[in-house]
Amino acid sequence: MRKHRRPLLVLTAVASALALVATGCASEREDGAAEERNESEPFIFAGAGDMRSLDPILASDGETFRVARQAYETLLRHEPGGTEIVPGLAHDWEQSDDGTEWTFFLEEDVTFHDGEEFNADAVCANFERWYNFEGIYQSQSVSYYWTTLFGGFADNDEDLDLPDPNFAGCTPEDEHTVTIEVEEYSPDYPGAFSMIALGMMSPAAIEEMEGEDIEGDPDDPAYPEYSQEVGTVAGTGPYEFVDWDHDAREVEMQRFDDYWDEDRAAQIQTIIFQTIEDENARMQALQSGDIHGYDLVAPADVQNLQDEGFEVPERGVFNILYLAFVQDDAGFEEREDAAEALSDPDVRRALAHAVDRQNIVDSLLPEGGEVATQFMPDTLDGWSDDVPTYDHDPELAEELLADAGYEDLTLDFCYPTEVTRPYMPSPQDIFEFITHDLEEVGIEVEPDSYEWTQYIPHTESGGCSLYLLGWTGDFNEAYNFLGTWFADYRPAWGHDSDAIFDTLDEAAAEPNAEDRVALYEEANEVIMEELPGLPISSSPPSIAFAPDIDPPTVSPLTQEEFAETSFE
Amino acid sequence: MLRFVVRRLLQLIPTLFGLSVLLFAWIRLLPGGPEVALLPENATEEQRQALRQSMGLDDPILVQYGRFLGDIAQGDLGVSTQTNRPVLDEFLTKFPATAELAITAMIIAVAVGIPLGYFAARRRGGLLDMAAVTGSLVGICTPVFFLAFVLKVVFSEQLGIFPSLSRQTPGIDATSITGFHVLDGVLTGEWDAAWDAIMHLVLPGIALASIPLAVITRMTRASVLEVLDEDYVRTANAKGLHHSTVRGRHVLRNAMLPVVTAVGYLAGALLAGAVLTESVFNFGGIGQFLYQATQERDYPVLLGFILLIATVYVLINMLVDISYGLLDPRVRVR
Amino acid sequence: MSKKSDRIDRLAELTAARAEDSEGHSVWRESFHRLRRSPMAIVGASVVVVFVLVALLGDIIAPHDPISQSWRDEVFPNRNEFVGPRPENLLGLDNMGRDQFSRMVIGARQSLLVGVVATVLGLSAGAVLGGVAGAAAGLGGVWGARLDAVIMRVVDVMLALPTLLLAVTVAALLGPSLVTVMIAVGVAQVPIFARLLRGSMLAQANRDYVLAASAVGVRTRRIVVAHILPNSLGPVIVQATLVLGIAIIDAAALSYLGLGNPDPAVPEWGTMLADAQRFLSGAPELAVYPALAIIITALGFTLLGEAMRESLDPKLRK
Repeated sequence: MRKHRRPLLVLTAVASALALVATGCASEREDGAAEERNESEPFIFAGAGDMRSLDPILASDGETFRVARQAYETLLRHEPGGTEIVPGLAHDWEQSDDGTEWTFFLEEDVTFHDGEEFNADAVCANFERWYNFEGIYQSQSVSYYWTTLFGGFADNDEDLDLPDPNFAGCTPEDEHTVTIEVEEYSPDYPGAFSMIALGMMSPAAIEEMEGEDIEGDPDDPAYPEYSQEVGTVAGTGPYEFVDWDHDAREVEMQRFDDYWDEDRAAQIQTIIFQTIEDENARMQALQSGDIHGYDLVAPADVQNLQDEGFEVPERGVFNILYLAFVQDDAGFEEREDAAEALSDPDVRRALAHAVDRQNIVDSLLPEGGEVATQFMPDTLDGWSDDVPTYDHDPELAEELLADAGYEDLTLDFCYPTEVTRPYMPSPQDIFEFITHDLEEVGIEVEPDSYEWTQYIPHTESGGCSLYLLGWTGDFNEAYNFLGTWFADYRPAWGHDSDAIFDTLDEAAAEPNAEDRVALYEEANEVIMEELPGLPISSSPPSIAFAPDIDPPTVSPLTQEEFAETSFE
Repeated sequence: MLRFVVRRLLQLIPTLFGLSVLLFAWIRLLPGGPEVALLPENATEEQRQALRQSMGLDDPILVQYGRFLGDIAQGDLGVSTQTNRPVLDEFLTKFPATAELAITAMIIAVAVGIPLGYFAARRRGGLLDMAAVTGSLVGICTPVFFLAFVLKVVFSEQLGIFPSLSRQTPGIDATSITGFHVLDGVLTGEWDAAWDAIMHLVLPGIALASIPLAVITRMTRASVLEVLDEDYVRTANAKGLHHSTVRGRHVLRNAMLPVVTAVGYLAGALLAGAVLTESVFNFGGIGQFLYQATQERDYPVLLGFILLIATVYVLINMLVDISYGLLDPRVRVR
Repeated sequence: MSKKSDRIDRLAELTAARAEDSEGHSVWRESFHRLRRSPMAIVGASVVVVFVLVALLGDIIAPHDPISQSWRDEVFPNRNEFVGPRPENLLGLDNMGRDQFSRMVIGARQSLLVGVVATVLGLSAGAVLGGVAGAAAGLGGVWGARLDAVIMRVVDVMLALPTLLLAVTVAALLGPSLVTVMIAVGVAQVPIFARLLRGSMLAQANRDYVLAASAVGVRTRRIVVAHILPNSLGPVIVQATLVLGIAIIDAAALSYLGLGNPDPAVPEWGTMLADAQRFLSGAPELAVYPALAIIITALGFTLLGEAMRESLDPKLRK
C-alpha cells in the first residue's frame, strides 16, 4: 500500500486492530485468488445500469448493447478501436447507385448458439420479424432503433404517430447472398447494418418468440419473458447467455465453442456483467479485487487508478454534451415565462456567452475533452470551421439581456442525479458550474433534479427550460448526431426552424457523399446561428481494468468486444 | 400460556388494520391526489380524467378503501414501475438478503454488546466503562452510511480483506434453497459458498450493528447496575454465595429481561439502517430496492414495502413479546 | 413496539414523580443543580451552545460567500488537484472552488433549522394529538376513553414504523426539498411526542395536588392549563433535546438518499458529506469535516438530553 491518505491513516490504524481478528480470512482470500487463476475464473465487468432485454431490438441503451454485443453480431461492424465500417457476418457488400438496394455476401459456416445455421433466410427472418412488429412492439420505447433506421412497420399503429416504413423487402439471392431493399436512400445506411440493436437472432428463437406480446403502457412496457429469462434467445457471437440473475443484477455468459471466426473467438471461458450504479462503488470494487473492469470512470479517479497500477486505456472522442434552451412550454404552465424569454434569439445568445465552457473542460472533464463549437465531434465529415462561435463574455451577455429587456430573468434548470454518462461525468458539478456562470450575469436559476429514468421522459416532453444532455454516436455519419435532434420539431427543444429541418432533409436524401457533407456543414452553421441549445463539449469516456487483465481494444463508440480480453 | 399467545395474535389485527388506514390516508393526503405522483406535470385534463376513472378515484372514499383492503388481502400490492414485477414477489425474493444481514448485525450487537455492558457495569467508572459509554454514544451519533463507507474504504479498498459489495462472488457455484446464502451453503455442504457469503456479510453487518450495539451495551450496563443494587443480590452476596453463582444466577439473568425486549424494537432500527447500508454495499436486499424506489418514484414499491416492513416489524415484536412472556410469567397477566 | 412506548411512558412518569417528591419550582432548581454538576451535561451543553451560536451568527463568522465559486480556477477535480487549508481559506476549498470553512459555518444553520423546525412540527402535532387524548382520557367519561383509544391506536401504529423509514416515505412522496426533510423528520417524531404528552398528563392527573385542586372546586380546564401542562414540560424538553440530535442524523441520511435540498449549492452537512465521498482519494478532509460536525453536534444534543433525563430520574441518579 503506497497510497498516502492522511486523515484516513488514523482510521486505518484503529480499524487495523479490528482487522487482526480477520487476518486468517485475509490470507486465505488472497492465496486462493493467486493460485486459482485458471480457465474457469470468470471475468467480471461492472456497468452502471441493468441491461433491459436479452433481445437487443427491444432496447436502445448502452448497458444493454454492451452485453448484447458479446452475444450477437451484425452484418457489418466497426473496426476495433475505430469508426470505420468493416465486414461482420457479411464478408462483402454492395449498394445500388441510388442507395436503395443493399446486397450482402454472407460468411459461411456460421452457426447460432442453438445450433441453427446462419444464412440468407435467417437474415430475412430477422428483418421480416422487425418489420412486422405489432402493438406495443411498435412503441418508440421498445423498437427505437428500428423506427429510427428503417421507419415504420408493415401495419403502423395509428395511435403511435409512426413514420412510413422505409424497409421495402428482404430477398435471399442464394444460400449466402441476401438483398435488402429500402424505399429511399438514407445516410443511416450502411451504418444501420452495424447497429447491435439489429443483431442477428436465430430463426428457431424467432419462431419461439412469435405470439409473445408486450403488455402494459407503450411508454413503460412490460418486456416479454424471452427477453428477461435466458433460454430462448440465441445469437452468433463469441459468448452465449448462461443466466440473468435479476436480484443479484448479474448477467453470466460463457464462451461459444463453435464460434465461426477463430481469430476473434473468446479467450476467457466465463464473463459476468454486474450492475454497480455508484461510480465510487465501482472504483472500490475494482480496487478491492471484486471486479476486473468497469466503465464510466470518474475523471478524478483516472490518475489515481493509474498510479495504483490499474489500466485506464484511452478511448477516442465521439460524443457531444449540450445545454438545451427549450422555447416551448409544452403545457407546463410554470414554464411559460421562461419559454417566452428563450424564444428571443438574443437571450439564447446571451446564455451562450455567459457559460464558461473552457472552464468545464479544464476542471471537470477527463483529459482529451474539448469545447464543442457545434452539435457534433470534429472527427466527423460535415463539421464546419465556419460556424458562429460564442466566447465566454459575461459583459456581452449582460448587455444582450438588458437590450432584450430581460434583466430579471428566472430560468428553471434540470440535471440528472446519481448517474454518469459517457459524455457527461458528474452532471451535478457541470450543473453547478453553469448555474454559477448564469448567476454571474444576473439570471436567477431554479434548480431541479431528476433520477435518470425520470429525467429522460421529463426533458423529452419539454418539462425543463434548461437541461443537460448528450449523445454518443452510433456510427460514423453526421446525420446520426444532427438528425437525432433536428430532423423535425421536437418538444425537447421547442425550436421550430424550416431552415434547419429543410437542410437536413435535403442532406438525408443526398446519396453523393461530397454534396451531403456540404449540406451538413450548412446545417451546422444554421443551427449555431439559431442556437436552439449550446453544445458544451466532446470528451472521452474512461474505462478501467485490473492490472492482470489484457483489455480489449477500446472504442470511441464504446463498442468493446470482450472476446479479446484475457488474463495475463 | 396458549391464551396469552392467542391474545397477542389477536392484538395484531387492529394494529395491521390501523396501518392500512394510515397508508391509505397517506396516498390520499398527497397534495393534489395520486394523479400528481403518477402523471407528468403537463398532463391534460383528459389524461387526468382517464386516470381518475381507471383508478376509481371518483368513487366514495370508503369504497376506495375497501378495494385497497381487498387487494392487500389477496396479496396484490401492485406492480413495481421499475421492474414490472409484482411488489410482493420483489419483497419475497429480496427479503432473505436483508434478513440475513439483519440477523448478522443482531448477532454482532448481542455478542459484543452484552459482555461489554456487563463488564462495564461490574467495573463502573473504570477504563472499560468509560470507553463503552463514550463509544456507544458516538456509535448512536455516527451516520450509518458514513460508517459503512469508512469500513469499505479501509477493509476493502485499502486492506483488501473483505469484498466491497454484493452478497456473493459472481459466478460462484452455489445452490439456492432458502435464499439465505449462508444457510444454503451449510445445508448443501457447499462450504466455499457459505464462507463466501459470510465474508460478504462482515462489513455491512458491522456497519448495521453500530446502533443496536450501542443500545444493547447501554441497556445491559444500566440494567446490570440496577440489578446489582437490588436487595436479593445484596442478600445473596451477604449470604456468602460464590461470586460467579450470584452473577450467573441472579444478575445476568435478571438483567437480560429488558435487553431481550430491546432486541424487538431494534429490529426497526435494523430495517431502517438496511436502506443505507445495503445501498453502500450494493447488497441487493429490500433496503436497497426501497432506495431505488425513492429514486425512481416507484410508488407501488414504496407503499407496499413500507406496509410489509411494518408488518414484519410488528410480527418480530409480537414474537419478542411472546418469548418475554415465556421468560417472565408476570407479563402474561398484564 | 410496546417496548418503544414503554420507554416513552417511563420518561412521561418522571415529572409526575418529581412533582410528588417536593413542591413547586424547587423541583426544577434541584434538577438544574444536579445538571450543573454532571460532566455529561456540561460537555453536551457547551457543544450545543457553540453550535447554536455558530448557526445564528453564521453570516458574521463566515468570512466568504459559501455559494460563490470564487476560487474555481484553482481547483481541478478532474485531476484530483484540490486546495488545502491556507490563511484565507481556513479549511481549504471544496471541489467547486468554494470556501469550505464558510460552507461548514452556514451548513450549521441549515442543520439547526431542519432540527428546530422538525422538532417544533413533531412537537406541536404530537402535543395536539397527545393533549387531546390525555385530556379526553383524564376527564371525559366513556366517549373520552373511546377518543383516547382511537388516537392512541393511530399513534401506536405510527410508532410501529421505524422513524427513518417513515421519513423516507414522506420525503419520497413529497419530492426532494429542504421543507420535505423538515416535514419528514418532524412527522416521524409526532407519535413519540403524542405518547409522551398523554402519558405525562395521565401520570399527573392522579397526583395529590391535582386531586386537591379539583376537590376545592377549581375548574378542570384551569387545572389542565395551569397545573398539568406546565408540569409535563420537563419530559418534553428532554425529548426535544434528544430529537434535535436525531434530526441532524436523519436529515443527513435523507440527504445521502438524495431526498434533501435539490440545490447542491446550498451548504448542508449531509449533502456535503455524501458528495465529498467521491473525492476521498484526493481530498478526504472534504468528507471528514462534515462527518465530524454531524457526529459532534448530534453527540452534544444526546449528551445534554441524556443528562437531563438522568437528573429528572431518581432511579438513574446516583
